[in-house]
Amino acid sequence: MNNLIKVGMADISLASPPHTIRTSGLGSCVGIILYDDRAKISGMAHIMLPDSSFARSGQMNRAKYADTAIHDLIHLLIKAGTSKYRLKAKIAGGAQMFKFSLNSEAMRIGPRNVKAVKKILNELNIPLVYEDVGGSSGRTIEFNPATSLLEIRTVNKGVVQV
Amino acid sequence: MRDLSSIQPQHLDILKEVGNIGAGNAATALSQMLSKTIDMKVPAVKVVPFHEISDSVGGEETVVAAVFLRIEGDAPGNMFFMLPLHEANELIRQLIGDPQLDLNEEPMNEMGASALNELGNILAGSYLSALSDFTKLNLQPTPPASAVDMSMALISAGLVELSQAGDYAIVIDTEINEKDKDNSTQSKGHFFLLPDPDSLDKMFLALEVCVDE
Repeated sequence: MNNLIKVGMADISLASPPHTIRTSGLGSCVGIILYDDRAKISGMAHIMLPDSSFARSGQMNRAKYADTAIHDLIHLLIKAGTSKYRLKAKIAGGAQMFKFSLNSEAMRIGPRNVKAVKKILNELNIPLVYEDVGGSSGRTIEFNPATSLLEIRTVNKGVVQV
Repeated sequence: MRDLSSIQPQHLDILKEVGNIGAGNAATALSQMLSKTIDMKVPAVKVVPFHEISDSVGGEETVVAAVFLRIEGDAPGNMFFMLPLHEANELIRQLIGDPQLDLNEEPMNEMGASALNELGNILAGSYLSALSDFTKLNLQPTPPASAVDMSMALISAGLVELSQAGDYAIVIDTEINEKDKDNSTQSKGHFFLLPDPDSLDKMFLALEVCVDE
């Protein structure tokens, strides 16, 4: 339990063994893990919105947006001693939690987050090793940098490890 | 434009007052529906950062039943009503007279979902009409949607607009007390009021409190 690093909403952290890293209650948000399985260093971001051009206030939290969060995460990982060319990605989240009759753009934020994250990973040539995205269930994810395994928990489907 | 973190205590007092008026109206409506005495009050209104929102319902992964409504009109925003799953089950079972009902089924029981929507509608409608009366703003709830899942996952669906401008939300704690002749049970529900960024100033201007004081 003491070896657990928690990543909050719109937050970024790194973890290496014996620590594991977790974020809870991903809904429309996307949790992304970038890891170097040789250096055993991993980082996680809990992304809320697809694009930092959404930001409206002066000081913005870079961990909130897919573009800025992924760039910062890579920067932190390289500083911690990983190789950019060994980084791999796993992502989860991007669900649509409520089925609304009204067709609002805001309600589709989950799929838009996923699309934004994938596009950025593609541009940066970071292989996406696993994704569990979409649907209508919340997810809690925990990554173990020692094994590169991602544990995904949902309310109705229990726990899977990938 | 202001962030919710700059909200003043007197603003929250007004929202609490509004909350108690709304809760009174909602309690009357619920009492009639359930034919028993329902008492509701709003013990606290607070502004909390996003990552602490789910603490008020027992944690990020606590399974809750939630009703989500979009507010339209002069000050658009999002609104949630959230109850711990077992308390929601208890209330809805009484509403529809089905002691077996479990809202945590996929897909959600149709009667259960519609009763939960209705509950949310009554509560949100009562609160909004009180807020509307106070501020003279036109505020209309859209038809509600319900879901059961981890609290944080559900709340995040309503943070899209607000999160573009800040990291805070208004939480209106709500206590629902039911009494029948044998016993009395208490449910602790929570409203989350998430005004769109542009609505905040409008709301406080309407409350005749100068935001820039």
